[in-house]
Amino acid sequence: MRVFKRDMKLAVRSAGQWLNPLLFFVIVVTLFPLGIGPGPAMLATIAPGVLWVSALLAMMLSLDALFANDFRDGTLEQMVLSGHPLTVMVLGKVMAHWVISGLPLVLLSPLLGLLMQLPEEAYLTLLASLFLGTLSLSFIGAIGAALIVSLNQGGVLLSLLVLPLTVPVLIFGSGAVAAAGMGLETSAHLSMLMAIVFLSVSLSPLAIAGALRVGVAAGR
Amino acid sequence: MRPAMTDSSVLLSATGMSIWRGEHLLVDEVDVCVSAGSIVQIQGSNGSGKTTLLRALIGLAEFDEGEIFWRGESVRRVRDDLHANLIYLGHKAGITAGLTPLENLLSLCPELSADKGESSSRDRIRQVLEELGIADRIDLPSAALSAGQQRRVSLARLRLQSATLWVLDEPLTSLDVNGYDWVKAEIQRHVGEGGAVMFTTHQALVFDPHPVQSIQLTGDL
Repeated sequence: MRVFKRDMKLAVRSAGQWLNPLLFFVIVVTLFPLGIGPGPAMLATIAPGVLWVSALLAMMLSLDALFANDFRDGTLEQMVLSGHPLTVMVLGKVMAHWVISGLPLVLLSPLLGLLMQLPEEAYLTLLASLFLGTLSLSFIGAIGAALIVSLNQGGVLLSLLVLPLTVPVLIFGSGAVAAAGMGLETSAHLSMLMAIVFLSVSLSPLAIAGALRVGVAAGR
Repeated sequence: MRPAMTDSSVLLSATGMSIWRGEHLLVDEVDVCVSAGSIVQIQGSNGSGKTTLLRALIGLAEFDEGEIFWRGESVRRVRDDLHANLIYLGHKAGITAGLTPLENLLSLCPELSADKGESSSRDRIRQVLEELGIADRIDLPSAALSAGQQRRVSLARLRLQSATLWVLDEPLTSLDVNGYDWVKAEIQRHVGEGGAVMFTTHQALVFDPHPVQSIQLTGDL
């Protein structure tokens, strides 16, 4: 909780942290109607995929800095040495990351859905699937961010590590939105997303804490 | 092979510590024993493995051979207890640029705000920063502080936290004469109160009346 508050305070002070992924999300999505042409039928078909892929990439963009700053200034080694369970601190940190980088995307997505001619029925599903999806993306992505923490230029490696793991989230997320657009049942997709959330929130802090210990041991 | 553990004042001890860096044997069979009320200085030229040894002893770095004990028990079993009784100041100050010195110290010393209210721990921190001559910086972003001032903020932990063992890696870096004297006085006070200090430095330090045990590292990289 202490770590969560600390990170939120830092995010409020540096606007770039939460604004960058959000702007990226907006820009990428707005480019599609410009590039493809404003035909409503075409846009409505690709809308779920475009919204979801853009959200995913925006989340990836924000992961780089998740542990890198704390590693550089020595906060991370002090966390390891604090005598408190590292997994709990990691949980707070990743939750903060989601509130800072993920939640704004979720809240803005209906507006971009409008731009992409997303069918009316799909908005609620879009919100629900992105809510669950971004949360699990934060936790899955944080494993990658923790693994590369002691490397200087880990950006590409991070994408290589994390993107394959995010494929299920993408499939079920955009699948849910597409199904809702066609007036189909979405509970199967959303249940799968829910399962991924539970799995990643409960298990990934263990992996993240382990990776951070290795990272701190490798640095100096 | 446990070291002589009959003496209950022994806090941190290690036997046969060896650390390889690639093909190179950096630390060769070093024994360390830090007991309550003692000062241990690790000496050696640049690159002789002082930092590596310190970090290995407190579980921040890997080592290849050796056994480490905290209060007579293998550190693998009592790691959290060691960490709860330890202040480590490394090359990185652990100060977040986006937070003020006050916020940094509050998050580095959790017991401070837990014991007392927010305002009385603020007074406590202000008092210590005043001694260190940087009380007027208490609410500025730490990014605006010089290297020496940031070092002073992290040194304030020595006064704010109660930990038996201090592990200080080059604590005098970027400090002026006043800071130097403050650190020296703090170490003396801590050892007088039954604490223990293990540190590295290139300066010659004399702590009257406490003798300094020194460990000489010869490995060169």
